[in-house]
Amino acid sequence: MPEVTYLEALRQGLREEMQRDERVFILGEDVGRYGGAFKVTDGFMAEFGDRRVIDTPISEAAIVGAAAGAAHLGMRPVAEMQFIDFISCAYDILTNYVATARYRANLACPIVVRGPCGGYVRGGPFHSQNPEAAFFHTPGLKIVCPATARDAKGLIKAAIRDDDPVLYFEHKYLYRRVKEQLPEDGDLVTPIGRARVAREGGDLSIVTYSAMVWKALEAAQTLEKEDGLRVEVLDLRTLLPMDDAAILATVRKTNRVMIVHEDTRTGGVAGEIAARINEAAFEWLDAPVLRVTAADTPLPYAPTLEDYVLPQTADIVAVARKLAAY
Amino acid sequence: MSRVDVVMPQMGESIAEGTLAKWLKKVGDEVKRDEPIFEISTDKVDAEIPAPSGGILAEIKVPEGQTVPIQTVVAVIETDATAGVGAAPAPAAAPAASPAPRPQAPTPVAAGPAAAAPALAPGSQAPSPVTESADERLRRRSTPLVRKIAAEHSVDIATVPGTGHAGRVTKKDILDYIDTGAPAAPAAGGAAGAAPIAGPQAPASGGAGQWEATPWPGDRVEAMSRIRQLTSEHMVFSRRTSAHVTTFYEVDMTRVARLRAANKKGYEDRGVKLTYLGFIVKAVADQLRRHPVLNAAVQRAAIIYRGQVNIGIAVALD
Repeated sequence: MPEVTYLEALRQGLREEMQRDERVFILGEDVGRYGGAFKVTDGFMAEFGDRRVIDTPISEAAIVGAAAGAAHLGMRPVAEMQFIDFISCAYDILTNYVATARYRANLACPIVVRGPCGGYVRGGPFHSQNPEAAFFHTPGLKIVCPATARDAKGLIKAAIRDDDPVLYFEHKYLYRRVKEQLPEDGDLVTPIGRARVAREGGDLSIVTYSAMVWKALEAAQTLEKEDGLRVEVLDLRTLLPMDDAAILATVRKTNRVMIVHEDTRTGGVAGEIAARINEAAFEWLDAPVLRVTAADTPLPYAPTLEDYVLPQTADIVAVARKLAAY
Repeated sequence: MSRVDVVMPQMGESIAEGTLAKWLKKVGDEVKRDEPIFEISTDKVDAEIPAPSGGILAEIKVPEGQTVPIQTVVAVIETDATAGVGAAPAPAAAPAASPAPRPQAPTPVAAGPAAAAPALAPGSQAPSPVTESADERLRRRSTPLVRKIAAEHSVDIATVPGTGHAGRVTKKDILDYIDTGAPAAPAAGGAAGAAPIAGPQAPASGGAGQWEATPWPGDRVEAMSRIRQLTSEHMVFSRRTSAHVTTFYEVDMTRVARLRAANKKGYEDRGVKLTYLGFIVKAVADQLRRHPVLNAAVQRAAIIYRGQVNIGIAVALD
């Protein structure tokens, strides 16, 4: 089985879906002639033509709006936000229109809005955001965050096939740093709404997603080697709808849980997860639910400051030790 | 002028609450230090409680008949003293007058009421004052998971050694404790009251099943004193946790009677009554050493042969 990068796996998923279903098309800034700012759609225009790979003006609201309209007419658009930070320009159309169309007008809106999120690349505050919290509490939307190459492919396919709007947040830091052997044939689809145990353990659970899965796994290795702790890492994969059963299962298993995400602390998804754990698994807790998140500040440009603000493996190790000693 | 709190005292290590049976003074009365100001009724004993300081009984916070946890402030005395006098600590208020049956016997003798059986410590413990710190609370109550395990196994968290944060009991601590089956500290000598009892917990209502007697027309209903309630519960509990076997033998006590008659006066002169009970207890204790299986307890599928011989004697108080 060939080894495939996260980015290549995403590209494969998109290509396979476009080959499989002619209603699927891609629109966004520089996706066609340029092949995408990160080369995700490299070669697509040549293969599928300019009516299925569309270069748009610089207007995220228009991109998403056009996608919504096309979806109503039976198409399956995949709208790209060049950097996911720009999705805030489409906030109105996504929350006030796309999320509610089915409820208000019985109009299906099977669009996918995807884009690279995250930092650690010295991108500064407008090119490093994690916007999931902004859409997390909009009923009507789905949110997926692949951490592995396999899920990058599996989740884009599932998102495209989903009859409802899905936000697909890929992580730019993982594009070329994560590689995995993937089968060449077969239909690799990751179900939306199902978490995955990335690493099994009995002493302590880390609930996390996206790039933090890798930092959590690094931390787990250190904790096993130095502290003899067996840490379980749960990769949520989907944020909305969240896999409550998987979260409950890991809490019942280890009784000590911490949530790690790259997004800022206040109002971040970790708070919601902690609340759900409190409601559903209080009697299984042997320690408070702890969090590791970015500090509540816009992301700095200066490398030293970015490193300080974003969660690092050492931060995860430190909090895990605190949790284990409670 | 300063205000001194009068609290419900703790009359024994395992006692968690007391009933304020009777006020001996009213609000506005002058009280002298150490003068009895109220009577309480607890699991073990009824007692008169002395005033922790002299002054005027300014406030009564707990009415007659109410049961409150130990350390609850039941009244306030206003004193003339200007120095800051804190709330009287509970052990200092223990009266001299009442007979407190001690030491506690872990296993009651099969015949007779088992009033001396160790008090059960159900999950609801005496709530601490609001001033308790987070660490103290954690040591007292641990975490939801540990409380759940404690309740399932009828273990008092207070008896489990804790190795967690702030010395609290962790999941591992309590599971290890349950697996080894016995408290780290020796059970005899007064600490037995808090020892865990493996086995079915006597419900507070005292009944072995769900059936409850109800009054019919023409019946007279009389409330039981706390001691009587507990005696009743413990008697039933004893039958549910130990097999009761009764055998009758005729024993010629002539020689014992002669021994007693000859030595009675000598003991009386020293202020003690030489009764037949003393002889019987000694005989029982000696024989328990010779037949250890009679001095044993059952723990699930194992027999614990006790290293010590302890005999509990129930005393009727009224």
